Amino acid sequence: MMSKYGLLVDYNYCTGCHSCEVACKNHLGLPVGKWGIKVVEVGPFVTKAGTPDSFEWIQMPVPTELCDMCADEVAKGFKPMCVHHCMAACLEYGTIEDLSKAMAARPGKQNLYMPL
Amino acid sequence: MPVTWVHRFRHKHDKKHYTHIWRKQRQERGSVIFMSSWKYEEDGCTVVETCAWSPPGDHPVGCGLKLYVKNGELVKAIGNPDHPITNGRLCPRCLALKEYIYHPQRVIYPMKRNKEDRGKDAWTRISWAEAYDIIEDNVNRIKAQYGPEAIFSVIGTGRDMWHTVPFVTFGALGSPNFTYIHSGWSCYGPRCAISAYTLGAGYPELDYAAMFQEKRFDDPEYELSKVAIIWGKEPLKSNADGLFGHAIVDMMKRGTKIISVDPRLTFWGKNAEYWLQLRPGTDAALALGMLNVIVNEDLYDHEFCDNWVYGWEELKERVQDYPVEKVSEITWVPAEQIIGAARLFATSKPATMTWGLATDQKCNGVQQAHALLALMACTGNIDRPGGIIVGAPSFAAPMWWGWDSLPPELQAKRLGSDTGLGGTRYPAVTTAISTVQPDMPLDAMETGQPYPLKMSWIMSSNPIACPTAAPQRWNKAFKNLDFNVVCDLFMTPSAASFGDLFLPVATFAEKDGIVATHYGSLSMFVGAINKAIQVGECKSDDEILLELGHRLNPSVFPWETMDEFLTWELDQYIPGMTFDELREKRWAVPEWHYEKYRKGLQNFDGQDGFITATRRIELYEPLFAEWGDDPLPYYEEPPYSPISTPNLMKEYPFVLTTGARSWVFFHSEQRHVDTLREIHPDPITQLNPETAKSLGLKDGDWIWVENQFGRAKQRLQVFPGIDRRVVHSQHAWWYPERPAVDGPYGPEDVFLSNINNLVPHKLIGKLGFGAPYKCMICKVYKAED
Repeated sequence: MMSKYGLLVDYNYCTGCHSCEVACKNHLGLPVGKWGIKVVEVGPFVTKAGTPDSFEWIQMPVPTELCDMCADEVAKGFKPMCVHHCMAACLEYGTIEDLSKAMAARPGKQNLYMPL
Repeated sequence: MPVTWVHRFRHKHDKKHYTHIWRKQRQERGSVIFMSSWKYEEDGCTVVETCAWSPPGDHPVGCGLKLYVKNGELVKAIGNPDHPITNGRLCPRCLALKEYIYHPQRVIYPMKRNKEDRGKDAWTRISWAEAYDIIEDNVNRIKAQYGPEAIFSVIGTGRDMWHTVPFVTFGALGSPNFTYIHSGWSCYGPRCAISAYTLGAGYPELDYAAMFQEKRFDDPEYELSKVAIIWGKEPLKSNADGLFGHAIVDMMKRGTKIISVDPRLTFWGKNAEYWLQLRPGTDAALALGMLNVIVNEDLYDHEFCDNWVYGWEELKERVQDYPVEKVSEITWVPAEQIIGAARLFATSKPATMTWGLATDQKCNGVQQAHALLALMACTGNIDRPGGIIVGAPSFAAPMWWGWDSLPPELQAKRLGSDTGLGGTRYPAVTTAISTVQPDMPLDAMETGQPYPLKMSWIMSSNPIACPTAAPQRWNKAFKNLDFNVVCDLFMTPSAASFGDLFLPVATFAEKDGIVATHYGSLSMFVGAINKAIQVGECKSDDEILLELGHRLNPSVFPWETMDEFLTWELDQYIPGMTFDELREKRWAVPEWHYEKYRKGLQNFDGQDGFITATRRIELYEPLFAEWGDDPLPYYEEPPYSPISTPNLMKEYPFVLTTGARSWVFFHSEQRHVDTLREIHPDPITQLNPETAKSLGLKDGDWIWVENQFGRAKQRLQVFPGIDRRVVHSQHAWWYPERPAVDGPYGPEDVFLSNINNLVPHKLIGKLGFGAPYKCMICKVYKAED
């Protein structure tokens, strides 16, 4: 059955700080080598030489199968721990419908995660 | 004039004087506060709300946490969403708090070791009473035999002890020698001291609306910075001195544009209007080149320069020596980028800047700081909403606590003091800062001049792993001392190598305390640190201070309890408020005013202007001339560089810059915390892909970075965001997981990857500030072993 809730990443602003990873490990009690969410890095590489914006460099938090959307924390009124602690405040939690609207209303690169 | 001026300056260290003027004004206006309780029951746990400040190592942001405690044990630590600046956000260092606190390698009882067993794992657990007995015996013996000046203390950067260690040194141990042994005071000190001399104000910082705790960026008093220059700094990782780095991301989202000045690509460079990728060490030239554009295109703020700046005509003349083409050649930054960035900064109002550690880590750092202040000032952005805000006159007074308890003849012996009794005079260092000149303790230990040193008190510093240049010389020198006390949380390489007594220190979750951004010199946020748990027999640095003070010199320490002491401390930041009141409110803001210099609030006498002899911002600084340097900013090549030492470049062809920050480590800390080490497993050296290819190296190779002074083994990361001619290596690496030859963490290991092996002792600027940690030279080759 499709989950009603998801995570929206406004990855214009992800700084790659790893807070989501550690907050998630705390929540799920995960050891070294396992992640509920992990920041994946693309680049940096030069797209066109000569200007400062010629670099592509993406940091993208990617939830894994272990992600449970922090169901118990959410039940207590908190946001999922990755969202709660995201230093750049570029992670958002909500219903897929609301997040889709937020996504459409905002410029820039975004990614919407929907769990199984 | 300058002599009497320096005399006046000293008075500012007098807390009574400070309090007298400011208490009245502040009490009339009050503080913005939030009312709530900091301790309550939730989820079967006791929740203690607190504001973080070291240990674990970090700067005084005072990030908000909720600590969940069950049966006296910390079970969970999460961010506090109520916090006005961090809003619940936490970096990995605090998220790994539980792992750090209960780490099996943590030392939680006092321990002693025989002097002949230094370097060996031969420690014996003792009581605090015995530890204090041992200290008292040694202090008395050394004082009687060599004089109190033979004792010195060592502080580490950024932590909650910039009032503690000086107070231990002057007040309890009775010595004038409080030290921070980072060659050339290459961190924060130069920026602070130069600000003190030329502005007469607390540390200038980017305005991120921290003082408006309710509405923040939407407060009507605030105006969003149109442009922010981030110069030689990575605030996202460091949160240096209390600047919450991600607040600048908050500003970007609202429209602030970025100019990044950095030899390496960072998040800022990637998202900047201008990324000025300069040659490491040439920052002063770049700043003077930008000033050249602003002067010659008449982009400066005439009202401000006419009324509030001293030496503007002289500076205008000086910048003519730095035409953009010449500056481009020196810095490797294309001329059109220098011009574009200068124009954007000067024509955007308000514009702001945050200047970083890189300012200090070069011999030319004083002049760079002076030139950057000129950029901030001449564009009319000093202390304006959304500009560069400055502190009220306080001069980081906590750094001087206890100083007045020393007799003048002992004060005169401070290493580097302007009396000459402390060896070479470094008045630019010792007038504004209460420490010695940082290179001088090694000279004194090695030569016995101007007098021998015999005992060290090391409090949250790991000297041979982190701050010192030529660390192997420091190690040998410490090993030759009579007695070394180390206060820390883990068996650091320094403690293992030469500690005789180990005092276990509490984390912020285990103590009461106060956190004030910028150590009180520019406090936009003052938070309560609340004790939630007790671990072993650990004590906070301040508890150790009070207990030792009560033993050794009780008249200087009249406070019977921590509460009394903290209320006295808080009076510095928010006069009249008690510690209990602060913790009930959780945090508070000291009274805040923009443009204090126009309102009689930037000076002790209530008159307009800055605290300088001219009451203006001194872009021409007579004190620098008095102290033997140029009164105007200038550029000087790094001592080792393609221009200074072309012959050496044949052997060492790259410019070496060091010390960029990690997301998960604070200097030499946290290498043993598995969750953090997983994110950052190895010491990283970055090379441009083309450079790596030309050397036959590939990503992940272990390599040696080497020059004429030493070498360090690190792991190669191929990184296109660095110039082909530049190498970057990380600092403060050691390996708590490895066995050592003569003990758990012996000397061989700590020097293996220590990049400061490549930085020589006392290669410093004329005024005693600045060493070339950010601009050496090196070669790189594959490590076969």
